[in-house]
Amino acid sequence: MPFFVENKSIVAPGDLLAEGEYRAGDGVLRYNSKFFAMYVGLVEVRGTTISVVPLRGSYIPQVGDIIIGKVIDYTLTTWKVDINSPYIATLSVDQAINKKFDITRDSLTNYYNIGDALIAKIIAFSRVEPPIISTRDKGLGKLRGGMLTRIHPTRVPRLIGRKGSMINMIKNETGCKIRIGQNGIIWIYGKSPELEYIVVKAIRKIEREAHTSGLTDRVRELIRKEKEALRGGSNE
Amino acid sequence: MSDSKQKIKLIDEKGLRVDGRKPDELRPISLKVGILKQADGSAYIEQGKNKIIVAVYGPRELHPRHLALPDRALLRCTYRMSSFSVPERKSPVPSRREIELSKVIREALEPSIFLEYFPRSAIDVYIQVLQADGGTRTASITAAALALADAGIPMRDLVVACAAGKVDGQLVIDLCDEEDKEGEADVPVAIMPQLKRVTLLQMDGSLTKEEFQQAFKMALSGCMKIYEMQKEALRREFITIREEVLKAAENNENKNNKEKEA
Repeated sequence: MPFFVENKSIVAPGDLLAEGEYRAGDGVLRYNSKFFAMYVGLVEVRGTTISVVPLRGSYIPQVGDIIIGKVIDYTLTTWKVDINSPYIATLSVDQAINKKFDITRDSLTNYYNIGDALIAKIIAFSRVEPPIISTRDKGLGKLRGGMLTRIHPTRVPRLIGRKGSMINMIKNETGCKIRIGQNGIIWIYGKSPELEYIVVKAIRKIEREAHTSGLTDRVRELIRKEKEALRGGSNE
Repeated sequence: MSDSKQKIKLIDEKGLRVDGRKPDELRPISLKVGILKQADGSAYIEQGKNKIIVAVYGPRELHPRHLALPDRALLRCTYRMSSFSVPERKSPVPSRREIELSKVIREALEPSIFLEYFPRSAIDVYIQVLQADGGTRTASITAAALALADAGIPMRDLVVACAAGKVDGQLVIDLCDEEDKEGEADVPVAIMPQLKRVTLLQMDGSLTKEEFQQAFKMALSGCMKIYEMQKEALRREFITIREEVLKAAENNENKNNKEKEA
């Protein structure tokens, strides 16, 4: 059962990964007993399962994901939300507000208007229906204040880290509130814009170096340096 | 008329071609990935004097909506030659040739993409020829496959293309503009190298059956050479970042050790 690539190596689509009795995980294509990569990405071998973690690609909605989107349009009873994916999401009134909604007296814009940033949950999506989202759960709804930034959707797991190690470190170091959408949109709310910018800088570094190891320590170092520079600057 | 044609010698006494290449030698190729910031994926190819930019957008919302396919994404290809890409100014109006090449390139790329992963959406491939020197369709396909992979679109395999042909009675690969125009035949071939499938096969001019088979084989060997470059180009960015990080870590360690010693 030969392997043609090492664990964690970078592959291109069509690269032959292995031949023999394995199981094809995500991003791996099986032809007879040969395994090929489907994306530009990192090879991951777990037991007998081979998968390729893509390093590029757009966000494909999954039921249960928490995402951040922007209201781009509304109809009589629904909002259309851009969720940074090939598909535009629909948010209907009954999934957004708890009381009864009367179209004849009330307008949707009293709740969410065009341009508002929402944090929402995907409650339905399949090959035949566009994504449907909800803001009824706790902690969901309109985002006020702070700033939004983007990260490549494929790097979101890296930003969160194992059991949230990376994101918790960033939160502790900067004291900012951070909400991450699985679709790669991030909301940051800090005591000052300068602190928020430090978080953005850290996110840029994570995005660039997502496929390297020891990243958490390097990001911590970056944040501490930036914080020091900030303190030095304010003393002058 | 025929005399003036005879005068152009495409192969000299030493058996070398107009640009000094051997019959089975490719033009110098350079490939770059991710050159456009706004596109989801992009690639740039220089093959001899050819200079081509490819941008990929998508999968994205499809407009106009009525074109949407219920079970898969729509692949749209646009091949365009800049008006300054050829010696005589080309009219910017899309010509018959450009429209045909767009279709041919789309059909060469289509089998490699998992279009069924993105129902109702669109994947757009824009190919802009900045400078043309023969064999733009093959160079475009090579670059477009890279741009698609760079956009993170799931693919069965990359697509590589290379041409073979006949000039002055000799079979050669990767024809340049002069050889293409004055030569006897041109056979562009696009393949998915790992899966061993042909996605494009055309012939312009005339070859005997044996010559055709030989030319096809030569084109395949050219494809395999370009394929290696394609893979290298895709990995380059990530590997350089990784090496950079490793180097920085090493430097840090050295610094710390020196401090400790001091």
